[in-house]
Amino acid sequence: MPNTVVVDITVNGASYQREIEARLLLVEFLREELGLTGTHIGCDTSYCGACTVTLDGKLIKSCTCLAVQADGGKVETVEGLEQDGKLHPLQEAFSEHHGLQCGYCTPGMLMASKSLLAENPNPSEAEIRKGIAGNLCRCTGYVNIVKAVGAAAVKMQEV
Amino acid sequence: MYPAPFRYHRPESLQAAIKLLGKFGDDAKILAGGQSQIPMMKLRVGDLSELVDIGRLPDLSHIEARGDTLHIGALATHAEIASSEVAARIPALIEAAGGIADKQVRNMGTIGGGLSVADASGDWPACLRGLNASVVIVGSNGSRTVSVADFILDTYTTCLEADEIVTEIQVPLPDANTSSAYVAFKRAAAAFPTCAAGIQLSMDGGTCTAVSLVLGCAGPVAVVSPDAEAQLLGKEISRSDLEAAAEIIVAESQPPPDARGSEAFKRAMLKTLVVEAGERALARCRGEEVSGGHRYA
Repeated sequence: MPNTVVVDITVNGASYQREIEARLLLVEFLREELGLTGTHIGCDTSYCGACTVTLDGKLIKSCTCLAVQADGGKVETVEGLEQDGKLHPLQEAFSEHHGLQCGYCTPGMLMASKSLLAENPNPSEAEIRKGIAGNLCRCTGYVNIVKAVGAAAVKMQEV
Repeated sequence: MYPAPFRYHRPESLQAAIKLLGKFGDDAKILAGGQSQIPMMKLRVGDLSELVDIGRLPDLSHIEARGDTLHIGALATHAEIASSEVAARIPALIEAAGGIADKQVRNMGTIGGGLSVADASGDWPACLRGLNASVVIVGSNGSRTVSVADFILDTYTTCLEADEIVTEIQVPLPDANTSSAYVAFKRAAAAFPTCAAGIQLSMDGGTCTAVSLVLGCAGPVAVVSPDAEAQLLGKEISRSDLEAAAEIIVAESQPPPDARGSEAFKRAMLKTLVVEAGERALARCRGEEVSGGHRYA
């Protein structure tokens, strides 16, 4: 067997077939093969959560997943949140409530928050904090991030 | 960080996987969920030229009660176990599964992988040792079942042969008088625990008829202590009994001083965790609903 593999991965609804090195991480596939640089590489040790995406609906850290593990799967990244030029309610809430300072953790925070609200549309503050426990913000902006997620939850339930 | 280059194999059956592992011997490593294996590959820990991905093998993700045993497929994820109603019959199992790292890691990481990596700070080696679990192993010579106590030989070292794969974890289901708890102290969600304690108690007519006590992150492998358990057997179990048992098992442990804490800090923390786990398990034996969860710094 060669150490390259052909993968077919659907990202934000579009299917991509690429021949890649088997050691390529999913986050590098997204950023370097597809040019989707919204997903960030933070610690690169599965600690910080900046690289968080969903794979087949499940929240994962794309720095700790080989691209070949996503072969045949559906990946959603932060680029998929905006629809038809309209920001996702979570993106709007992060903007309104200053849920970011430097913005580095934001793509992962958004994906983790989206996954949380899909499972628990009306989370308490403690549940929000637990929901984003796998995502670190080095600007220590958790207060406003938690506020933003809570506000988005309210807004999303109104729709 | 890129892992070093390797050849990737995705066998379609367990037998095909075993054949590949037999062929490559020590040059091969198994990939299940990858939550330990990929970080180790990125750090270039351990040499491998062949990676055998068993993550998609069929029929290894079950979580089922059969008779008096809970059968957990090696590829069941921590998240699947944490949300399993049948696994909830063993509270320590749910507390360990639901407290491993964070949601992202729990969605990918598997019980078979988490046990087989045999990290001294891992939750599964300690929790499953305390629950007297067994490991089903399949290799080219057929299948064998060993206790977790015999499975893990040392830190990062198991009795697995090069051509063997863990296929199932078997945990004895508790009777009506028996319950358990597992509690860790962690600095942050994504971090390994600083230390951990697990306990399973059987209380018949108010006295303890069976007990299993275990410490994690407190030595090269999970720490058990018959002398500490003897402190609790036959007793109604007061807080001071738990403190006495904690004193004994912690004295027999060897928590390594490291970035997570000094030896003295860990010994003190381990004692409080034993008492906390003990009180939680006792309350559950009395039929009380006690919510779980680790302690975070």
